[in-house]
Amino acid sequence: MNELVGRTAAELGALIAAGETSAAEVADAHLDRIAAVDGAVGAFLHVDPDNVRAQARAVDERRAAGEELGPLAGVPIAHKDVFTTTDMPTTAGSKILEGWRPPYDATITERLRAAGLVIIGKTNMDEFAMGSSTENSAYQVTRNPWDLARIPGGSSGGSSAAVAAYEAPLATGTDTGGSIRQPAAVTGIVGMKPTYGGSSRYGVIAFASSLDTPGPFARNVLDAALLHETMSGHDPRDSTSIDRPVPPVVEAARRADVAGLTVGVVKEFAGSGGDDGVTARFTEAVALLESLGAKVVEVSCPHFTYALPAYYIIAPSEVSSNLARFDAMRYGLRVGDDGTRSAEEVMALTRAEGFGAEVKRRIMLGTYALSSGYYDAYYGKAQQVRTLVNRDFDAAFERVDVLVSPTTPSTAFPIGERADDPMAMYLADLWTIPSDLAGNAAISVPCGLADDGLPVGLQIMAPVLGDDRAYRVGAAVERALEDRWGGPLLAKAPDLAEAAR
Amino acid sequence: MSAPTVTTYDAALAKYEPVLGLETHIELGTASKMFCGCRTDFGADPNTQVCPVCLGLPGSLPVTNRAAIEGIIKIGLALNCDIVEWCRFARKNYFYPDMPKDYQISQYDEPLCVDGYLEVEVEGETYRVEIERVHMEEDTGKSLHVGGSTGRIHGADYSLVDYNRAGIPLVEIVTRPITGTGDKAPLVARAYVTELRELVRALGVSDVRMEQGSLRCDVNVSLMPRGAAEWGTRTETKNVNSLRSVERAVRSEIERQAGVLDAGGKIVQETRHFHEDTGTTTSGRSKEEAQDYRYFPEPDLVPMAPSREWVDELRAALPELPAARRRRVQAEWGLSDLELRDVVNAGALDLIEETITAGADAGAARKWWMNELSRRATALGVELAELPITPVQVARVQAMVAAGELNDKLARQAFEGVLAGEGEPDEVVAARGLKVVSDDGALGAIVDQVIADNAAVADKVRGGKVAAAGALVGAVMKASRGQADAGRARALILEKLGVS
Amino acid sequence: MSAITRAEVAHLARLSRLALGDDELDRLAAQLDQIISAVARVQEVAAEDIPPTSHALPLTNVYRPDEVRPSLAPEQALAGAPAVEEQRFRVPRILDEEA
Repeated sequence: MNELVGRTAAELGALIAAGETSAAEVADAHLDRIAAVDGAVGAFLHVDPDNVRAQARAVDERRAAGEELGPLAGVPIAHKDVFTTTDMPTTAGSKILEGWRPPYDATITERLRAAGLVIIGKTNMDEFAMGSSTENSAYQVTRNPWDLARIPGGSSGGSSAAVAAYEAPLATGTDTGGSIRQPAAVTGIVGMKPTYGGSSRYGVIAFASSLDTPGPFARNVLDAALLHETMSGHDPRDSTSIDRPVPPVVEAARRADVAGLTVGVVKEFAGSGGDDGVTARFTEAVALLESLGAKVVEVSCPHFTYALPAYYIIAPSEVSSNLARFDAMRYGLRVGDDGTRSAEEVMALTRAEGFGAEVKRRIMLGTYALSSGYYDAYYGKAQQVRTLVNRDFDAAFERVDVLVSPTTPSTAFPIGERADDPMAMYLADLWTIPSDLAGNAAISVPCGLADDGLPVGLQIMAPVLGDDRAYRVGAAVERALEDRWGGPLLAKAPDLAEAAR
Repeated sequence: MSAPTVTTYDAALAKYEPVLGLETHIELGTASKMFCGCRTDFGADPNTQVCPVCLGLPGSLPVTNRAAIEGIIKIGLALNCDIVEWCRFARKNYFYPDMPKDYQISQYDEPLCVDGYLEVEVEGETYRVEIERVHMEEDTGKSLHVGGSTGRIHGADYSLVDYNRAGIPLVEIVTRPITGTGDKAPLVARAYVTELRELVRALGVSDVRMEQGSLRCDVNVSLMPRGAAEWGTRTETKNVNSLRSVERAVRSEIERQAGVLDAGGKIVQETRHFHEDTGTTTSGRSKEEAQDYRYFPEPDLVPMAPSREWVDELRAALPELPAARRRRVQAEWGLSDLELRDVVNAGALDLIEETITAGADAGAARKWWMNELSRRATALGVELAELPITPVQVARVQAMVAAGELNDKLARQAFEGVLAGEGEPDEVVAARGLKVVSDDGALGAIVDQVIADNAAVADKVRGGKVAAAGALVGAVMKASRGQADAGRARALILEKLGVS
Repeated sequence: MSAITRAEVAHLARLSRLALGDDELDRLAAQLDQIISAVARVQEVAAEDIPPTSHALPLTNVYRPDEVRPSLAPEQALAGAPAVEEQRFRVPRILDEEA
């Protein structure tokens, strides 16, 4: 493994800025790593080495021309295939969009380019971001670098696996029910769901519009904060984007202390069935926070246990509408157009063939929840639960600065284990969903290995626009644990055998 | 199925009372679309005014055009509506090829404007049409049906879709059921759409051109037996796209429904299509499966909460509305009800008013537009406003008449020249040599010649039959090819014949 | 008692424009029944007087000025289309004026 591939994003940015290496060299090192390990990991759907090298050269040229570039200029990034890119296909992991070349860049894609990040490829994901294992991708299985027989989490599993496998120091993701935090937790890296509206959804293929939140993956908290700052901020093309400055996340990640903070442990989560190993690491992390000077209290959020059912009404409802546009008329797959069938028939055939089982399930569920006669009992009630969850958070944040929980109830499960059991799969998001419903910020940072030797994540939830607070606490935990471990958790991951090129 | 007998209109009305409902869609004339920056020009090449947003490409998001919201609030205020303090867009979900997202961004149970009314006049009687709601939505693309015999949707082999129109801001205005119109129902429907069109045009928020589809009308009709308390089943006739068609569609639907009821049949709640050629409606989609639009609040757009200050500002800036304006000009120009109606129906109100603004007196301005220019518009088969002459030009011609430089006959020639593209009135007058001859020398010679040529008539005048001088004046006018000052010619004739 | 019937599932498939075979409908009917029964828990807590929340954050009045922005070139707009004719999207025959 090339030494450059092991560096943090901040280090790479500094080395390139100092002229000690170049964006081109860094890109090549990562392309080599991808060539060596991605056959086993399967993180990427699309990598075009020529395009990557051209991007890297362009960054080097911009710098040579004297352009003032940000701290991540020249750093490679793995981009979730849910963001539109003009120079690479964009499929959202679905057959229905196979080969689609968008005529426009997502706002976040534009911002990455402007900051000089080098988009090294598009990462695999659960189809339209629906899933917790990336097994719902129409294209390929992605494997957890800690154990190739296990899932890398989902839906942003390609991104988490790429970062954990040192194929890129940074990656983008989107979080709708936990799709950044859960994959980060099960691959032993950092994943942040910013405040809803803090990062633009323009050019993000929609899953559930009122929940979707793009955010960063990295191997450490500071790198995540640097990417967060680069990709976030107000976007006039997204009506739900917040017109306020990005919270000072980088400063908070550098500060890394918990002095004077009150940390709340959600009472209701304790009894909701985490694995023993997960619970043990979480309990230790809480004790650690206390030893670092935080005051720890128990808080009650009685409606959090209703968040999961509410989510599985709201998200599918929005899905049923958001995915209607995949109708074989203007782009993407068209099936059965033999000159005799009607548009309606062609739509139905195309959608039946182009969508996978989970997507169809959620479309049907959402259509049901919104249909006349059921709207009030399902969608209407779920929206009321959303209000109650918000109120629980409001009450909690009057008493505490952050709330903590394990990110996900179990460590990475074996590929195939839950594929035929949707309800079991949905439980992976039990503890991440409340922050999606309420729109507040939440980060997952590694907090150790469970008895099975697999990573456990600590979730730190902060109020709306309190993103910096999540980073501050996350960085404090990271610093203390790395001191204890003598390095990052990921150093404990087994070496991926580098296949011969 | 036996064909129901068609009942005559009078027979239908003797037995049944019609209840009307009108849903009108108006495309706003904003520069850019409702939720994106694409142009809204009518008649552009296909798919040249589209972008990721109005094509519904994956990942794209809508952002509301502020001018469209101002436009609908102005319409709401002009229709005497309340502007709500808080409301949301909703998604109306149904699959259709010309709708890029397969849902329409619309409003459902939270329209922006509610509870208004519009007064319309039919044959001297005023009807108050109550407005239930005015809401904001987006237009769809347009399909061209290829193959089959008719070019219509049925029997076509395939269709070609142009999304230029998709996403143009659309305001939907929905009336409450209109009752008590009796046999005037078709006229009330037409008067309502006419008045609405005038109103929206006066507000300047749309060009409301029915022939281009920027004003479209759906007409709901039901019948109930006279004296009944309960309304009958209604039908909705879609895409009635001219004022005349609105009237005809209501009338034909009344006759058809009466025929069905008279034959002991039942009215089916359905969508019907109006055919311009026959003036009748035919059944549209069968509603075997009721539509379920699965409305829910649009998550990509945030709620609208128009501030009271903004609404008050818009209210204060409303222009004079058509009804008030008609009352004012009627008084100012001294018109009878009938004269006013003629002016309005001729579409001459703006033209006359602008001509007056340009300096003409009211009587002359009305006279030129309603007589000479109306005659020419009719001959050319165009609207008055489409004639290639401006109110300023009309006012200039009239100024020359008032100054005695032209008489009416010469003025008509001047109009003819302007309409023929010969230039400004002064240029036409100069080029055509149009000039009243009042110079005694030139006129005197013509008069002498006329007297000599018409000795018998001249003798009668000399003999005291002064009325006979008219024939001589006419002869002078003819000899001068209309350019003589008729008054001066008469004075000269009488003087020369010694009877003055 | 099941929360959803096989006939309802078939109706939802039509509404959703999904041409599903009998096997798939059967499987979905069972799964949807299980999921719907589980999510029906929301009915336990949501009292009448709780206002609904449709958006994550309480933003209002986000507008853009009425300014024209460049459109796509027609070739770009049509690039992903399954079929094109006369600079328009060619689609199979449409059954009625409105779906």
